[in-house]
Amino acid sequence: MSELSVKHLLGIKYLNEKDIQLIFETADNFKEVINRSIKKVPSLRDITIANIFFENSTRTKLSFELAEKRLSADVINFSASQSSVKKGETLIDTVNNILSMKVDMVVMRHPNPGAGIFLSKHVDAAIINAGDGAHEHPTQALLDSYSIRERLGDVSGKKVVIVGDILHSRVALSNIFALKLQGAEVKVCGPRTLLPRYIESLGVGIETDLRKALNWCDVANMLRIQNERLDISYFPTTREYTQQFGVNKTLLNSLEKDIVIMHPGPINRGVEITSDVADSKQSIILDQVENGVAIRMAVMYLLASKIK
Amino acid sequence: MSEPMGQKVLLSSKEINIILHRLACQLLENHLDFKNTVLIGMQPRGTYVAQRLDKILRSAYGVKHIDIGFLDITFYRDDFRRGDKTLSATQTKIDFLVEDKKVVLIDDVLYTGRSIRAALTAIQSFGRPSEIELLTLIDRRFSRHLPIQPNYRGRQVDAINQEKVKVMWEENDGEDAIYLIDR
Repeated sequence: MSELSVKHLLGIKYLNEKDIQLIFETADNFKEVINRSIKKVPSLRDITIANIFFENSTRTKLSFELAEKRLSADVINFSASQSSVKKGETLIDTVNNILSMKVDMVVMRHPNPGAGIFLSKHVDAAIINAGDGAHEHPTQALLDSYSIRERLGDVSGKKVVIVGDILHSRVALSNIFALKLQGAEVKVCGPRTLLPRYIESLGVGIETDLRKALNWCDVANMLRIQNERLDISYFPTTREYTQQFGVNKTLLNSLEKDIVIMHPGPINRGVEITSDVADSKQSIILDQVENGVAIRMAVMYLLASKIK
Repeated sequence: MSEPMGQKVLLSSKEINIILHRLACQLLENHLDFKNTVLIGMQPRGTYVAQRLDKILRSAYGVKHIDIGFLDITFYRDDFRRGDKTLSATQTKIDFLVEDKKVVLIDDVLYTGRSIRAALTAIQSFGRPSEIELLTLIDRRFSRHLPIQPNYRGRQVDAINQEKVKVMWEENDGEDAIYLIDR
């Protein structure tokens, strides 16, 4: 029997390959659980989990909450927009106040990179990073790799291209760490302005020609253009972006082989991918969403088993 | 068969085979054609017993078809976070509903009864069985923590707490044998 090497899930950077395999094997079991007619197990019935979201989220928050409930944990939700954070309370104070209500685990999304790491050093609870600024989004990367493994059998040796705004994307960074750890080859593709300058130092290749990138890869992970994070103009117009970096059915059908299309959501239909691509057989976007619940159940189960 | 120190053979391959046939006959007596009965082997090691019984019932007693499933109870255990180790799950494979079916839970060793308690909860995720029975190859007497008793038992054993009953199967361990091991 094995266990995770970490007490918190702050980023993929802190995991090793064995941790990822253990999470995947545990998720396999939970995936079976969530496909039963009664989709609930009592494992975490004496655990209380706080979902603390300082940034908007639909999918991730729902997915975490559902995973918690499927594990029978008690759940409290907190969003910064309706809280005392607006009155000037600090992060540690906010969280410590929540923890004094006997909370065992905190799932946090925060706009500042490293917020989870900071919190893990100052409060006594297991922390799961649900996205910290442009830094990491570990459960998303895990569910992405899990979905690749499910579709293609293995992640090792596969070629994955991540397309779009790499500069502002925590999904991209966590995915790069996770994919490299499992022995996949990774390239990033996008406008030069949205590719971080030293990205090659992470062992990934750069391709600015989308067609070449797609012909090279087994899997294309299409990121959303995060308009809310684009403080300046990184490309002339959305239309021009779509022409150069959007995937449509014509492009997909003209490739040398069938590739797998992924998207972390929410999709800007018609920008990074067209509707017929998003809804095609090659797309595993909805599998990603289903797998997200199983992966989060696995992460919380494994972390909770370390809470004494 | 050599016997290392602190290890004693409880049942040999021949005895196990006789007992399995007897258990198969007892199941037949109560369930006849198994049309409304399902066998659920408990992971990890109850699955071997279930598969053997399934094979015997079909090959030696002409039962045409038996629904057989494997149940993992890890997520229903009552000792989560109470030991040092993370509890690792194995596969649950039940491709049918147990609604209104007679369920026979099958395990190799019945000891404290806690696994069976967990299994009784777990099985409800697959429907409401009309009844549940318990079959165990070895019943360790006087060691129950819960009021649970088998409907079918292979052999009753008096073992003290330091001892462990280990059931070996040809398909997994290279031989059919049951040992009493001094821990």
